Amino acid sequence: MSEAAAAGTVPVRAGVRPGSVAKYVFVDSPDLTAADLALRAYEIAPAVQIKETCFGLVVTGSEVEVERLVTEIRKLDPDRIFVKDRGFPPGDERRCRANLGGARPGFYGHENEMKLVRYVSSGLRALRDPKKADLLRAKPKKQDEPLSPERLHEIIEES
Amino acid sequence: MAKVFIYPGTSLILSDLVARFGHRPLGSALAVREKVQTPGLDSPPLQITPEDPKKGLRYAAVEVPSGVRGRMALYGPQIEEADAGIIIRDADLAFGCMGCARTNELVRFLLHRREIPILELTYPRSDEEGVRFVGAIKEFLAGLAGGESS
Repeated sequence: MSEAAAAGTVPVRAGVRPGSVAKYVFVDSPDLTAADLALRAYEIAPAVQIKETCFGLVVTGSEVEVERLVTEIRKLDPDRIFVKDRGFPPGDERRCRANLGGARPGFYGHENEMKLVRYVSSGLRALRDPKKADLLRAKPKKQDEPLSPERLHEIIEES
Repeated sequence: MAKVFIYPGTSLILSDLVARFGHRPLGSALAVREKVQTPGLDSPPLQITPEDPKKGLRYAAVEVPSGVRGRMALYGPQIEEADAGIIIRDADLAFGCMGCARTNELVRFLLHRREIPILELTYPRSDEEGVRFVGAIKEFLAGLAGGESS
């Protein structure tokens, strides 16, 4: 490794710059496509590297710029846009499926959770709905809890 | 702003909700990012050096598979750093090889042993469960330092 790379003044690899952050932006909205998000993102933060994907965007840049972009882009549909950190920058040959073949590592996890985000969106909408206040305060249902040893003992006693 | 460890570490839903309600989610991405961005290390492709399994020794014994120790080298320091934790119990997406499975068990055990505030949930499977899910997370996060109610 060169001295400059070791000092952090040049990227260790293409697109990997110390201090930069990468984030996924997922959209699950009937009113908004990934292309709409990408266009808006280019307007908001020209200095951020933006990659449009089937599920939304992958954005990379300085932390301040990426945070600003994410805050602004959330406003388009706050309940249906979801954001998470990503370790690798977009297109990194260690993770990009263009180099590896098959689905990108992590795709199946996202696919699994994207089936459930509609229910989370309902929850986020309910935060603004005074009629749902009681439900919001309700504890998760009892039957979701694992069977306690005490209850198991009761069942054995009853049978 | 509190640091909240999320399990599974790759969860989109938890990562989003924790950040949305004003806290910092600690998950796999941050640990991996630190690895791939650190200059000075040059152990391609993932910059995992022989030092990392040694860090994992702090959490898992030497006879434990090296995969567990390697993973714990990433998750262990985050668990120590966390002020709170959110665990999803039925996270099938965290299923993997024996290294993943044992690491998952160890992560949950270490979180409980730290005696920090922990919220345990299951994924929502209906709109009503979604409302309860978001409500429970919001209430939990509001109670942490730097939360909305503090």
